[in-house]
Amino acid sequence: MTAPGRIIGGAVTGAFREFGNLFAMALDVVVALFRRPFQLKEFVQQFWFIASVSILPAALVSIPFGAVITLQLGSLTAQIGADSFNGAASVLAVIQQASPIVTTLVVAGAGGSAICADLGSRTIREEIDAMQVLGVSPIHRLVVPRVLAAMAVAALLNGMVSVVGVCGGYFFNVVVQDGTPGAFLASFSALAQLPDLWVGEIKALIFGFLAGLVAAYRGLNPKGGPKGVGDVVNQSVVITFLLLFFVNFVISVVYLQLVPAKGA
Amino acid sequence: MGVEVVVEDLSKSFGRQAIWRDVTLTLPSGEVSVLLGPSGTGKSVFLKCLIGLLRPERGRVVINGVDLCTCAERDLYEVRKLFGVLFQDGALFGSMDIYDNIAFPLREHTRKSEKEVHRIVMSKVDMVGMLGSERKLPGEISGGMRKRAGLARALVLDPQIILCDEPDSGLDPVRTALLSQLLIDLNAQIDATILIVTHNITVARTVPDNLGMLFRKELVMFGPREVLLTSDEPVVEQFLNGRKIGPIGMSEEKDSATMATELANQRAAAYDGSPDQDVRGVVPQLEPTPGLPGRDAVRRRRQRVMQILHTLPEPAQHGILASLSRDDIERYQDWRRRTAGLPVPTPMPARRPAPARQEQPVQQTKTRPRPWRRGGAQ
Repeated sequence: MTAPGRIIGGAVTGAFREFGNLFAMALDVVVALFRRPFQLKEFVQQFWFIASVSILPAALVSIPFGAVITLQLGSLTAQIGADSFNGAASVLAVIQQASPIVTTLVVAGAGGSAICADLGSRTIREEIDAMQVLGVSPIHRLVVPRVLAAMAVAALLNGMVSVVGVCGGYFFNVVVQDGTPGAFLASFSALAQLPDLWVGEIKALIFGFLAGLVAAYRGLNPKGGPKGVGDVVNQSVVITFLLLFFVNFVISVVYLQLVPAKGA
Repeated sequence: MGVEVVVEDLSKSFGRQAIWRDVTLTLPSGEVSVLLGPSGTGKSVFLKCLIGLLRPERGRVVINGVDLCTCAERDLYEVRKLFGVLFQDGALFGSMDIYDNIAFPLREHTRKSEKEVHRIVMSKVDMVGMLGSERKLPGEISGGMRKRAGLARALVLDPQIILCDEPDSGLDPVRTALLSQLLIDLNAQIDATILIVTHNITVARTVPDNLGMLFRKELVMFGPREVLLTSDEPVVEQFLNGRKIGPIGMSEEKDSATMATELANQRAAAYDGSPDQDVRGVVPQLEPTPGLPGRDAVRRRRQRVMQILHTLPEPAQHGILASLSRDDIERYQDWRRRTAGLPVPTPMPARRPAPARQEQPVQQTKTRPRPWRRGGAQ
């Protein structure tokens, strides 16, 4: 094989190996989820930490996000004379798509990077090795509480971001585009249905799991000292974002196939 | 009693770079062993393979009948509870203070009350001389203290195998001597199998029962300490004496050009700072602090070594015999006479005996014990 061919081949097998390792660790985490004793203290600490760094950015991002969706849809619906469905469309878009993604971007960016840096520096200080030698599984002791905390924060934050996003949409529709408040609110249930809310929450849970898992996986495998820790933090955020959009695509397609749209 | 660790044909490499190949050795239960080796010969990697943190490509590490290289994760965690490991810079948990660090294994693996935990932790803190510092964070204390705290944490579960990764690095000679004493005392008290990885010559000469050396990707030798301490192997000679002339270079191995230059320099009589003295030879082993029970391992090792004595190189035989008491020698000679018609080696000065004197005729009849006479065979 030629040299470039070998390099590409190596890169491909390397990528597969990393992905396989990530998947193996996901299984380990799921198994360890059910192992007693549950690390409550660690979970509460991590939950509090992730929540405290995520709430404000998530709220601040969700206002313009909801606003942009509403403004875009508002001008479209006005052109085709469907003003009264503006609220319905914006609710659908925010709850199903925008809210889980915004939540997870913030959880991964603010909480995940911190988790990754923390675990990475512990790994290069041999703390993780020491923990394994003391007969304690770092997956059970450190990773599970963090992944659970990321999931819980994502699910709860998703509710808040949905509300704030819809409020932002309402404000811009009513104030900026002179929409009718009554029509905006009344159309909520015209297109949207309860499963839309469920799928939003389920997405948030899965994305939270991914964010926590990728952060922990990269954090436990840094290459070469303190510089390596910086690199894996960077990678963990990028990988989470890529996975996020891909998984979102898959879930959306499956959902649209399984749950028929209202009125269809 | 400690647990025997059997290593068979162990090979480890990172990518294409082999670290070491076909390492075979046995850490006899309850004995203290030291593994020497120049920097970068994979001593720490060897330790990590022993505890299953790294998986070697080939070979077996058997402890209590479990092969750590192939066993399931769950068995691995069980076996690891037998271990106490002192990492190079302590590897304390940065988010916990010293007290919580030392209490961590107790809280994880035992159901002891907080009062009991406190008692055990404080006794270990006292043992490593850190009373008063137990509420400090690892970031707030010196490297030597971190190391001692790491040792306390490794010992808190009364492990049966203790592994120490360079216990002397970052410690001054006095603290190193005290630490060596501590390990020997521990061995006398709990009879744990101990492996120390180091390049401290004083530790290597006085502490262990067994001594080994890693060089050029393989185990040069491993056996009773007298074998290595009296060895004529150039690597061993250079390493023990800390000379510049020899096979060990700044990078792992020397090429012949460097070696030739060095020899030329030496012939030109340029003083190169290497010590002239030859420190090889058997020196008395460190003993437990008076008042403690004697080390059972010494007795077991004596039995084991005496059975293989005739297979060891001659200088080592003399070294071993010189360290025996008169009674033991007599018992040994008796045993040899009864078991085989081989010539019996005799005690001689440990320091490189002149070859001419080695055939001292053994006056066997006169050295027979005479228990009916006071003073025995005097």
